[in-house]
Formats: sequence, structure tokens, C-alpha cells
Amino acid sequence: MTAPSTRTSDAFVEYLLRLGDDRLVLGHRLSEWCGHAPILEEDIALANIALDLVGQGTMLLKLAGETESKGRSEDALAYFRDTVDYRNALICELPKGDFGVTIVRQFLVSVFSVLQWERLASSVNEQLAGIAAKALKECRYHVRHAGEWVIMLGDGTEESHVRAQTALDDLWRFTGELFLADDVDRSVAKEGLGVDPSQLETAWRSQVADVVRRATLTMPGDVYMQRGGREGRHTEHLGHMLAEMQIVARSHPGASW
Amino acid sequence: MANDSRGNGASGDSQWPLWEVFTQPQSGAPHEHAGSVHAVDAEHALQNARDVYARRNEAVNIWVVPSGSITASTPEDMGPFFDPANDKPYRHPQFYKVPRGIRM
Repeated sequence: MTAPSTRTSDAFVEYLLRLGDDRLVLGHRLSEWCGHAPILEEDIALANIALDLVGQGTMLLKLAGETESKGRSEDALAYFRDTVDYRNALICELPKGDFGVTIVRQFLVSVFSVLQWERLASSVNEQLAGIAAKALKECRYHVRHAGEWVIMLGDGTEESHVRAQTALDDLWRFTGELFLADDVDRSVAKEGLGVDPSQLETAWRSQVADVVRRATLTMPGDVYMQRGGREGRHTEHLGHMLAEMQIVARSHPGASW
Repeated sequence: MANDSRGNGASGDSQWPLWEVFTQPQSGAPHEHAGSVHAVDAEHALQNARDVYARRNEAVNIWVVPSGSITASTPEDMGPFFDPANDKPYRHPQFYKVPRGIRM
């Protein structure tokens, strides 16, 4: 077996950071509901999903660090990178908002995640394929959970309908970034390591539209799509979130717990 | 803060119906009562039951039943229901001696 070229290897590390940061950041946002969800059952459900995502992020960042071979562990990547070095899509870092925003966002991203993992399960990188096989089951449950909630909120009371539609409309301009493909994506897709996200958009749109229809909500029209997360240009919100997420590790470097 | 007209103030409890949860620890084993959850419908109850009672791999199957659908005996029934059995040991198979010559 010949070692992959440096360029491919660099692209794969970058790709793994994108995958890992999406999950770590969204998982942290979800964890902010712990102790604050509308009812006990949902509090546990959101914390479970948050743990799934942080777990997936941990495995992906670990693999990124190993592939990079510069001695950075998953903890180093999570706690000692600054905002500009994070590669998550902007939709993952937005504040958790009300329950409607959290649920609609979770649904939109989870559908995307399932499509990614389905294809990554056959990545030529065996470790990534293994992570995908495990994560796919988790994310299928996330889609089911969030999807049922979107339908309950949309087809619920007048207030829950308005909140769900507002969330969908507000979040929509952040969905386009998920499907943007650049040289990194095309390179890892060509090597069979990763998937070109632009190829997932049609399936994503049809699955989202199906639930939106059953929820008696309206699909948003075409809007200007925000972007920048993959290049480290983030919203003002990520810095505040990272400050909270990283404070303990940075105050006590090397501590174990 | 006073309760508003929708009644979602500090009422102290969810207004969703209660469901009883039964989990099957492994295939072939009987379902056992695990506890209860609040949920708006059966699918929602299944999901909540999964998250509350089966998130650590405790079950291979879950039943949820509206709590109101369960008819239970009351503490007052204890005497008439269960006491008469105390003095009827012949209702237990152990009461009978197995005759010699019967192969067990």
C-alpha cells in the first residue's frame, strides 16, 4: 500500500474536521438544554442526542488528529482551537433559541447527517466507515425524534405552528452551506474517502419537504444563503459558545477527570 | 408568576397523558413494568420510553399502554382477592407427593 499523497491527506484531515466540528458544536448547543427542556422526558432525549453527537465528534476529531500526525489529540482539537480554526457549518453554532428552533435545526441537520453517514459507511478509510456504521443508527433515531416533533409542533397549536414556521424560515438561509462542495470535498470524494455534499441536496430536500408537508408547514422560498463556516468565518455566536465550552480545559491544561 | 389562560404556568405537571412502559430485557423474556412517561400519542410515548428506560441497552422491545387502560386491583381487594389462597395449600403442586415409580 502506498501512502496517500500529502495533498490528499491534508484534504482528508480538513474533511474530518468539518465532519467532527459539525457534531461537536451542535452537540454542545443541544447540551445547553440539559435541565431546561419543557418536560423531563424531552430533557433526557435531548441530552441523549447531544451525547451521541459529542461522541461522534470525539471519534472524528481523534481520527483527524491521527491522520494529521502532529500529535494533536481529540481534546487538543476540541479545546485548544480558536473560532477561526473551527470548520463547522454555521447552522450548527446558532444559539439554541426556543424549543422550535432547536427541533427544526436538529431535524434539518439530522437528515443531512443520515445521508452523509449512509455513504461514509463505504468509505475506503476503514476507521471512518466504522464510525459511520455506528453513527448512522444514532442519527436515524435523531431524524425520527426531531421529525415527529416537527410534525407535532407544526400541526399543533396556533402558537407552536407559528414558532415552527418562524424557525424554519429563519434557519433556511443557513442550509445552503451544508451542500457547498469545494476542492477538499471533491478531492476526498474522488479518492473514495468522503462524499461530495452537493450530491446530497436533492434527497435532503425531498425528505425535508415530506415532513414539512405533514407538519402543515410551508417550505421556504429561495433566499440568499449564508456561508463561511468551512473556511473559519463564523457568526459572532461561536466565540461565546467556545469560551464556555473551553474554559475548564484551558484553565487547567492537562487536567484529567 | 400567575398561571396564564393556557394553563402552562407553574401547574407542576405535564398536561400530556400518562403511559405505562413495559420493557423486554431480552428476546423471549416476558415484558416487565419499567415505569411511566408522559406523551401526546403512542409514537411519542414509545420514543420517550426508549429515551428514559432503554437508553443504556436495557431492552430489545418496548410496550406502551395508556395508564387509564390498565384495570388494577385496589388495596381494599387484598383480603378477598388473596387471603383465601393462604389456607389452600393443595392448590400448589408441591402439596402432592409423587408416588414411587413415577419417573420425574
